[in-house]
Amino acid sequence: MTALADVVAFACLLAGAALCLTAGLGLVRFPDVLSRMHAGTKPQVLGVLLVMVGAAIRLDGWANAWMLLLVAAFQLLTAPVSAHLISRVAYRRRHVRRDLLLVDEFRGAGHQDVWYQGDEPKDAPPEEPGPVQPS
Amino acid sequence: MTIEPAATRLRHQVPLVVWLVVVWVLLWGTWSWANLLSGLLVALAVLTLLPLPHVVGGTRVRPLPMLVFFGHFAADLFVSGAEVAWQTLRPGGVRRTAIVQVQLRADSDLLLTMVAEATSLVPGSLVLDLDRELRVMTCHLLPARDLEDVERKKAHILVVERRLVRAFGSAADLAALDGHRDEGVLAP
Repeated sequence: MTALADVVAFACLLAGAALCLTAGLGLVRFPDVLSRMHAGTKPQVLGVLLVMVGAAIRLDGWANAWMLLLVAAFQLLTAPVSAHLISRVAYRRRHVRRDLLLVDEFRGAGHQDVWYQGDEPKDAPPEEPGPVQPS
Repeated sequence: MTIEPAATRLRHQVPLVVWLVVVWVLLWGTWSWANLLSGLLVALAVLTLLPLPHVVGGTRVRPLPMLVFFGHFAADLFVSGAEVAWQTLRPGGVRRTAIVQVQLRADSDLLLTMVAEATSLVPGSLVLDLDRELRVMTCHLLPARDLEDVERKKAHILVVERRLVRAFGSAADLAALDGHRDEGVLAP
């Protein structure tokens, strides 16, 4: 029985660690901020959950398991919120690789800044003409 | 801010107090009356010092649809974790992504929040923006293989919403769900 539990815990910990590794890989390999946020939410949350399950099996006593349950719950609640905020700002600041976009139904007035800051990708929409300076 | 009867305010804050006490007891890890009482004191102190606007429109819980939702949610979590993990590992890297808008039917702050949270965690989508007035949610999709794939993912978001409303929505929310059955996806 304990041997079986150990094997399950081992598998969970290993799979969780591997998923967290892919989350890190995604941060390096993905082309733009929005895609990176995918890597930061999904494999990472699942990885943390699996590590929690593995740890809960290996640790003795319920006291630790309850704490891990809280960690998992807050991970599920907070990861989407932070990813949403970061990607929202990235879109507004035009840090979007438009050459990779199949469709963009969000494009339009009010959703993005209209001035260049100098660090946008090359295919960001053209800067709108500035306010007319009095001569 | 309007002054409301103390009884109404208390009723609205009971779930929050219960949640805070549960978190407190879980943090201590052991059940005891001392933990419960101290947790209650801390929860009341937190609510007094940091008052929150309460959630308008109470929600209800239907046990069976809730189990259906959480079952699908857990399965989706595994699928999406595996899919994005594969995207990071595959040799070609990410090819195509998409930004789409979906017209939601639910009309309560709590339900929309839950839909957005669930959508961020299920396969392929990440919430970019949520327009509370129009109930339009903007999502970033990864990967988007072709236009068909995009439509399928949009439909999946609506399915997630439907499961959530079935599990937690009021009768009015359920009726709204059926009233908009055919116009869920925005015309391009």
